[in-house]
Amino acid sequence: MNSAKERLVNGIVKENPTFVLMLGMCPTLAVTTSAINGLGMGLTTMVVLALSNVFISLLRNIIPDKVRIPAFIVIIASFVTMVELLLQGFIPFLYDALGIYIPLIVVNCIILGRAEAYAYKNPVIPSLFDGIGMGLGFSVALTCIGAVRELLGAGEIFGVHIMPESYVPVSIFIMAPGAFFVLATLTAIQNKVKIAGERKGKDMSKIQSGCNSDCMNCSDSGCAHRLYDEKAGEGDKK
Amino acid sequence: MIKELLVILVASSLVNNVVLSQFLGLCPFLGVSKKTETATGMGVAVIFVITLASAVAGVIYQFILVPFDIAYLQTIVFILVIAALVQFVEMFLKKFIPGLYQSLGVYLPLITTNCAVLGVALTNVQKSYGILTGVVNGFATAVGFTISIVILAGIREKLTYNDIPESFQGMPIVLVTAGLMAIAFCGFSGLL
Repeated sequence: MNSAKERLVNGIVKENPTFVLMLGMCPTLAVTTSAINGLGMGLTTMVVLALSNVFISLLRNIIPDKVRIPAFIVIIASFVTMVELLLQGFIPFLYDALGIYIPLIVVNCIILGRAEAYAYKNPVIPSLFDGIGMGLGFSVALTCIGAVRELLGAGEIFGVHIMPESYVPVSIFIMAPGAFFVLATLTAIQNKVKIAGERKGKDMSKIQSGCNSDCMNCSDSGCAHRLYDEKAGEGDKK
Repeated sequence: MIKELLVILVASSLVNNVVLSQFLGLCPFLGVSKKTETATGMGVAVIFVITLASAVAGVIYQFILVPFDIAYLQTIVFILVIAALVQFVEMFLKKFIPGLYQSLGVYLPLITTNCAVLGVALTNVQKSYGILTGVVNGFATAVGFTISIVILAGIREKLTYNDIPESFQGMPIVLVTAGLMAIAFCGFSGLL
């Protein structure tokens, strides 16, 4: 079970998808208006991620290499649809709060990224824990960002009033611009850590400072091109 | 009817700007906004693809998914249709309109996994827009994307001459810029 523990720690701390790898920024910004929304989005993504990781890992010897990306997308989209229907049925308030961002989990690069980088090459159990670890890391990050925004923007955390009565909420933080400012501060801190680390001669290449090869620019590099290449290959064959 | 379409046009392009208030399509917004020319090219390609995709998704939804009572498959169908459509458009342009391909072609593959395209298709269904209304909504959303990416590119070109604190160089300052733009776009909410 050591590998399972290692995977969990890896997802939550070492390769935290939000704070370290900067993956999946669209939902990160959109749904973190409160801590509870952030947590809900994080856990929903975790369920999809764990299930799709398991399934892709099970099918890794069957899916042909050339069509793997379209196959991943179909698998992920199926799980997203299932989770969406379950949320609609059992947790309607979360379904209403997250709205269109639930089906958009399909295009969240964390999931496709993990399928490609881990689940497609590894056995089922480690893949499951990789999904859970990454999903937990994502949930922790979203909850933190949501809590900060809710605290500054409404004076509350999880709906509990925290700030003193005299505090006037800076409501811009729960509106769209606040998301950009919080993320800007976050990336600036990340930059600072990275620069400080590099000065001491440590290897900081794992930290993506949001310039290349991350989800924000996933269209620039990574998955978009791969998707495109595979699709092209598939088209040519036909 | 015309009035309703005009309201959608203004609402989707300015008031509910796709990037600045809905956070869809952030990837190209932050990634391809270093120069005004490339930003414009990206914007035009996005207008083209989103308009086309919302038309195709609308037709598929109305004439295939609804009659066969399989509307719950929308997410799966839309993502595959969009990916295939972008691919097809690219091949079509390459073969038949090489001039347009030269100017738009490089941006097309970047749009495949753009969440704005899927987002528009799903919004159209969610708000139960008809096909024409859906296309207008898609077009307006894409215009809104183009407006904001071109403005951001203009600001970023100016930013290169400024003295930015070390830890804010690169992405953080771009995000601050986007945040300020989002505040400015909040001003449009009084329009409707």
